[in-house]
Amino acid sequence: MENNLLALLLLLPFCGSVLAFSLPSDRLRPLLLPLCATPHLALTFLVIQSGRPLTTANGWIGVDPLSRLILPVISLLFLGCSFYAVGYLRCRIAWGNRNFVGCLLLFLSAMTLATISRHLGLLWVAVETTTVASAPLIYYNRNRLSMEATWKYLLLGSVGIALAMLGILFIAYAGLAGGEHVSLQLDDILHGAANYSRPWLRAGFVFLLVGFGLKVGFAPLHTWKPDAYGEAPGLVGALLAGGLTSVAFLALLRTLQIMDAASEAVMAREAFLAMGLLSIAFAAVFVVRQPDFKRMLAYSSVEHMGILAIGISVGGVATFGAMLHLINNALTKGVLFLAAANIHRRFGSKKVADARGAISLVPLSATLFLLGFLAITGSPPFAPFISEFTILQGVFSNGHFVTGGLFLFFLAVIFIGMGSTVLSVVFGTPPEKTGTGYENYRDTFATTGVPLIMLLIIFVLGVYLPDPVRHICADAAALLEVRP
Amino acid sequence: MDTLLNLLLLLVILLNFFLLGSSRLVSCIRTIAFQGGILSLLPLLAHGFSGHTLFLAGVAFLLKGIAIPYLLFRAIRQVHIRREVEPLIGYVPTLILGTLATAGAFIFSGRLPLIPEHSQSLFVPVGLATLATGFLMLISRRKAITQALGYLIFENGIFIFGMLLTEAMPLMVESGVLLDLLVGVFVMTILMHQINREFSTMNTDNLTSLKE
Repeated sequence: MENNLLALLLLLPFCGSVLAFSLPSDRLRPLLLPLCATPHLALTFLVIQSGRPLTTANGWIGVDPLSRLILPVISLLFLGCSFYAVGYLRCRIAWGNRNFVGCLLLFLSAMTLATISRHLGLLWVAVETTTVASAPLIYYNRNRLSMEATWKYLLLGSVGIALAMLGILFIAYAGLAGGEHVSLQLDDILHGAANYSRPWLRAGFVFLLVGFGLKVGFAPLHTWKPDAYGEAPGLVGALLAGGLTSVAFLALLRTLQIMDAASEAVMAREAFLAMGLLSIAFAAVFVVRQPDFKRMLAYSSVEHMGILAIGISVGGVATFGAMLHLINNALTKGVLFLAAANIHRRFGSKKVADARGAISLVPLSATLFLLGFLAITGSPPFAPFISEFTILQGVFSNGHFVTGGLFLFFLAVIFIGMGSTVLSVVFGTPPEKTGTGYENYRDTFATTGVPLIMLLIIFVLGVYLPDPVRHICADAAALLEVRP
Repeated sequence: MDTLLNLLLLLVILLNFFLLGSSRLVSCIRTIAFQGGILSLLPLLAHGFSGHTLFLAGVAFLLKGIAIPYLLFRAIRQVHIRREVEPLIGYVPTLILGTLATAGAFIFSGRLPLIPEHSQSLFVPVGLATLATGFLMLISRRKAITQALGYLIFENGIFIFGMLLTEAMPLMVESGVLLDLLVGVFVMTILMHQINREFSTMNTDNLTSLKE
């Protein structure tokens, strides 16, 4: 019964995608998105509620505490974006949406598979499918810039994921050289990892870190990110920054689990720490005086992936903080990208020079953008404050004073850098004449309802953390704790 | 069996050099197809005939030897280009770099902690050399299609290395990997077509508007 649940979870968006490609009507097709996303979320809740560990007979697909954390995040974010997409695609009905809707659902299916796969090969296939399925989404606007962004994304993503495949093969070879049964099933690997050949295991880890790190967008592998997030439609940006990065981060966490099981945790965690600090530093450099507010959000995504990596590497209470931060980052990025998309549409530009004074023209979107900025930079009372504070607490209580100091310094720089851009977008003097945007665009419930609800969720999570959420995060964190 | 296997693997290396030195796109794609065809024989020669290896060989032949080259041929027919001019690094320097990388791959794999059965095998050095060739092609060429070819060679290198570990890769996963490759190339060729229509050239030099 429960295995059928998992199959349904995968097949639902996949069948929706097939249907979307075959449906002739551009007007009705977007409705498929909420029609698939709503039962997907319901099924997700059924899956995370059943207390028993769900695994298929061959152990390739299963739900563990980490999947329980990431699956609802993706599902919820996608549901929000699917409702937003209905309103968005109605605005752009002449542009056609067959590929867009079909690829969105395929993307959801691939992300779901990645979160519940317990076989490294299957995980790889799922992550590669997310790349292929999301490339047409980035290309939606069909202009020169989106073409360039898509090409870079596709080529870098494919090469990166190919490196990850090499890493997976190295890990399998580590098993072979260590005299263990060769398998890529995660439980088999975790069981035998103690005997794995060290050189191959370490080489495999490095390749996996680079390969999946490229998808996550750690600096200096993030170069595709500002281009892709900047040129993609806002709701795709939200799904990439909140969903895809979480899935790719999960792949890295699986790698970390393997390294922990092989008692190589020290090396792995040092690598995570270095990547994390480097990402925050890069983000701080590029976010200051950033003239394009969507690219600014991409650098913010680089920053938050860095924060996650630091939280994981420090361990202890910071691991819990990182797990919570993963949820908060995904939802806050949803608010920011969707609000930014509305502002972008009103002004016909995403340059700060052209888009100023949004508060007088699109008051609700501008307010959401401002509040989203305050939330993502860790201001109370929003949830990212709690999670960033927990991570920081973990960093200091574990004696990483230099890391903690740098972390705080870069966070402050990013706050000021993002702040100057956001404030001039929201409060600046509106330009005399706006560009070729939709000048008659007004905030409606269809375009602001979803980010508003997401903002409310992170507000509530910031004020009061419900027990189920706390348990999910704590269970996921327990899985990543180093067992001596 | 083993002599034939080693012969084929050495042929793969020769094809790598040909790819690095050739300026004609049509012959590059033909070479890639040929290389793909050779790779599809490897599972049969290395692990004998069984359901698993036959299926893998069949899928690899269909995709690497036929479908992907077909997509690439269609792409260059649509955009009317035949000749890859002005590579970022000249042909002779790339060939020299390729030779150095291949020699390096052989020396390096001699020092790897391989298990005794694999210490004489050519899979590791040829796999590494092919990876290096693909990487070289990726960074030294400016046309979108040659970058895609570089990625394909890179993937071929991984496929060769994977031959050591066929038992770890279940069939379903292996076919998923190959299918993803096919769809990836398909999307790339569509994009190439669009790039060409928009810029009247496939040079990725034009793709430099997005930067800080």
